[in-house]
Amino acid sequence: MLSFRKSAAIALVLPMLLMPGLVRAADKPSDAQIAHIAYTAGDLDIKAAKLALEKSKDESVRSFASDMVRDHQAVNDKALALVKKLNVTPEDNETSKGLAKQAQDKSAELAKLSGAAFDKAYAENEVAYHKTVNGALQSTLIPSAQNPELKSLLETGLKIFQGHEQHAEKVAAAMK
Amino acid sequence: MRKVQRLAAVAILLKLVCGSAALAGEVVEVKISDLAFTPSSVTVQKGDRVKWLNDDFIDHTVTGNTGGVDEAVAAGKTIEIAMTKPGSFSYYCRIHPNMTGTVLVLDK
Repeated sequence: MLSFRKSAAIALVLPMLLMPGLVRAADKPSDAQIAHIAYTAGDLDIKAAKLALEKSKDESVRSFASDMVRDHQAVNDKALALVKKLNVTPEDNETSKGLAKQAQDKSAELAKLSGAAFDKAYAENEVAYHKTVNGALQSTLIPSAQNPELKSLLETGLKIFQGHEQHAEKVAAAMK
Repeated sequence: MRKVQRLAAVAILLKLVCGSAALAGEVVEVKISDLAFTPSSVTVQKGDRVKWLNDDFIDHTVTGNTGGVDEAVAAGKTIEIAMTKPGSFSYYCRIHPNMTGTVLVLDK
């Protein structure tokens, strides 16, 4: 129940952070901010997956975590290549800072757990995290993106992360 | 000399026969692009091979819904699976379960 509450808290915080008013006063996020938010979200999930690979012995959790590292790295490599091509400097902002802070807190919580408790908490958090990031992509980041190539990469990213969400749900369901 | 020529002719004939036997059965292609199997449903004859070509920049898998098959298809790579059993083979990508497909294998 406690881990559900924690996951739910993260699920609630990210959409709040992604409210336009919090991203940029009375304005939509810029492409530079969107690029940074998307890259940060991927990077944070890679870090969570690396923690899972350090701590978990469960085959399904380890396999899922390996998939997350590989997929998010591939997407972030594309994002880096795109911002370089577009000559855009990713811009740190309140949303990416908030994401990093939340992830740090979650990572500290997960680090204290071990065995089945860790596996369950990690899997549940992955469901909540992907659900939240996907919601933000759909409602804010994709509609706000101005550059067609950035928008296209975000749309591809959304399909990939929707797959991750379903995959995480399967892993989490097996833990119950 | 004539015997050598005859033996060479037999060897060439055998090679042709064996070669055509190895090619027996069609190869049906399924493209993996933009997080989808296209076409998502194909019909083949028993003994045909299905070739999956991954055009995405991320890895995928061809994983049977009921187990058995679980093949990785790395980004930019292809895999081929011989369809030896008649029936319906439903599959998905284990990494992105929102990607699904079916191969209907008809008995000859």
